[in-house]
Amino acid sequence: MEYSVVQWAWVVPVLPLLVFLFLTAIGERRARGGVYASVVVAWIAVVCAGIVAVFQLRANSSYTWEEWSWLRMGEWTLTFGFEVTNLNVLMLAMVTCVSALVLTYSLGYMKDDLRQTTFFAYVCLFTFAMNGLVLSSHLLQLYIFWEIMGFCSFLLIGFWYTKPAAKRAAKKAFIVTRIGDVALFIAIVWLFWEMPRGSLSFNDIHNALIEGQLDATATTAIAILIFIGAMGKSGQFPLHTWLPDAMEGPTPISALIHAATMVAAGVFLVVRTYDFFLASEIALDIVAYVGAFTACMAAFIALKQDDIKRILAYSTVSQLGTMMLALGMGTRAALVASVFHLLTHAFFKALLFLGAGNVIHATHTQSLAQLGGLMRTLKLTALTFGIGALALAGVFPLAGFWSKEAIFYVLWQESPPLFWVSLLTAGLTALYMTRLFVRVFLGAPRIKNVHTLSRVMTWPLVAMAGVVVCSGWVYTPWSDWLPLQLGYVAMPHESNVVVLLSTTVVLASIFLGWGLYRPKAEAMRTQATNVVHPPTKKGFRKQKRLAKMQPVVHQGQPAASKKTGFFTNVLVRAFYIDELYDIVVVKPFQGIAQALVWVDQVCIRGVMDGIGRWLFVIGRGGTSLQNGQVQRYGVMVVWGFLLLISVVVVRRFW
Amino acid sequence: MSSAFLILAAFLFCIGGYGALTRRNAIVVLLSIEVMLQAVILNLVAFSHMGTTPSLTGHVFSLFVITVAAAEVALGVALVVSYVRKRGVSDVTEMKELKTP
Repeated sequence: MEYSVVQWAWVVPVLPLLVFLFLTAIGERRARGGVYASVVVAWIAVVCAGIVAVFQLRANSSYTWEEWSWLRMGEWTLTFGFEVTNLNVLMLAMVTCVSALVLTYSLGYMKDDLRQTTFFAYVCLFTFAMNGLVLSSHLLQLYIFWEIMGFCSFLLIGFWYTKPAAKRAAKKAFIVTRIGDVALFIAIVWLFWEMPRGSLSFNDIHNALIEGQLDATATTAIAILIFIGAMGKSGQFPLHTWLPDAMEGPTPISALIHAATMVAAGVFLVVRTYDFFLASEIALDIVAYVGAFTACMAAFIALKQDDIKRILAYSTVSQLGTMMLALGMGTRAALVASVFHLLTHAFFKALLFLGAGNVIHATHTQSLAQLGGLMRTLKLTALTFGIGALALAGVFPLAGFWSKEAIFYVLWQESPPLFWVSLLTAGLTALYMTRLFVRVFLGAPRIKNVHTLSRVMTWPLVAMAGVVVCSGWVYTPWSDWLPLQLGYVAMPHESNVVVLLSTTVVLASIFLGWGLYRPKAEAMRTQATNVVHPPTKKGFRKQKRLAKMQPVVHQGQPAASKKTGFFTNVLVRAFYIDELYDIVVVKPFQGIAQALVWVDQVCIRGVMDGIGRWLFVIGRGGTSLQNGQVQRYGVMVVWGFLLLISVVVVRRFW
Repeated sequence: MSSAFLILAAFLFCIGGYGALTRRNAIVVLLSIEVMLQAVILNLVAFSHMGTTPSLTGHVFSLFVITVAAAEVALGVALVVSYVRKRGVSDVTEMKELKTP
């Protein structure tokens, strides 16, 4: 193969890795300098990824490099390498872009944090892992990066580890995703068993499945196990519970990891190993139904949450469910639609999270009950947040509209019942986003002393809003660019019925939302009486820290009172899934742990202590013998001699 | 015939050993050790006279032992005397210097 820029794609993941090493080396001494350097390198990585993407999409032939052999076991060699395909470069561009914008934003958001170098280092390590995952040429390499990402997610959720809720959330995220990771690992080992020559590379897997070299049962089982792995990372029911709790982490992290990139890695994994799912009807059905259920359930829960970030988190779960639902249709068109939604969702959800971050930074609260009327003070944030919300709701002509239409159309063709489920989800999405926007930005201002935001915290939002407006145009009735790039030529266009139906539902939901949640007249009059944190200039930093330290709303939301209806309670508590897990999983495990503690403390420790005590007693006896008197020693000699003699005698005569 | 000598020697040895291990006066302990030595000498003489190959070796040895015993007693008594001068006691149960403090 002739020389091409694409061969240098490995630079894109390596750059953040170097920054991570650099930041770890300098520590917190010259924090600001290191942090600025990391942002500069992040933008260089964006440029590199852009160049690679342009050349790759122009050349339009995938490039694989697998020269570095890492492990050699007899005949079998485990190589390390990278693979550049059109899908990979699109993901790469998205990841580097969101990561650079979020890092830039963090310059403002994390300005007063004492451990900002650590924060930026973790984010860079994460970006390295995500880029590496995207470029991986075989499953095991993907798994390694997958685990590094999970670890970074753990570190960053628990970044404010002095806050108990954050610690708990970090552990929960790590353990719950671990369930999926184990399933994925089993899938990889099984695949190694099944594949000819034990090859795990995506090319070989594709060829083996095309030629039907794998046994049907094994294919189905591996597909389901891979999907369980994806469920863990992408927050699909029943492994979704960690994602809302992960909102305890700093908001830029929620934007980057828990909305745009890492949680999308599950969807990416399914896309990357789509041949398995195409080969197995059962696996496809599982993907479709789990996705549909997750999408709908999370959208319902998001309706009644009180914390802005948790609303957005449930929304992420819901959108990931929609992507999975589309993938479950099992056609190339579905794959394109799902990837399209993944790419657009990354931008508008990151935008929404950064907007939420601005609200939190400016007001030090993230509870809808305390927010309101921020339109006047945070104009730019309100505008960009509005664009993000409309895109998420799927309003023409924003990115979310086009990607959702693509999914709707695939569903309309393949499975009408699931189409209606998805339409319901879209309606609910529009409804809760209207509620969120109205409660936060409209109505009477309820918080005095809203802090102004630095430019570094608003311009990334504007840039993202620009992307959100434009990125939908890659696949519209007038442009087939994206499907063509993903190797699918005959892409169907939206039917008018679907467009009409979805637009009607979305607009109706927005108006319904306006009717339900619009600021009431009497609420306007009861002005800012209950100001939560009236921060003075002097105590600003302390206030901010305190606001972050407080577990604002966690799991068992306090809002679930007796006055509200049963249905509301169920939604506020997220269908009691956490409580259910507590009873079914956590409590039995704690019981086992208690039993093991008893065994350890009483049985094992008792035996050990007993041996120790006996040795002590024998030692005591020994010291009383050695009292310094020659006569006592003499007696011992005599007794010893007698013993010796008796042994000899007994041996002789018996 | 020789067994009588041997039994006597054994008795002497046991008496001497008992005295050496139980008496409290240092001089008496020394005397008891002498008694044990006499038992050994008796054994040597008995075997040199009535053993399977009678020879003068036993006699020579017993003379050696007597000489060494005399020297030993001289040394022992000198030690006891100097100990008594220094510590004022001749009771062996009080002599605990072998034990590390």
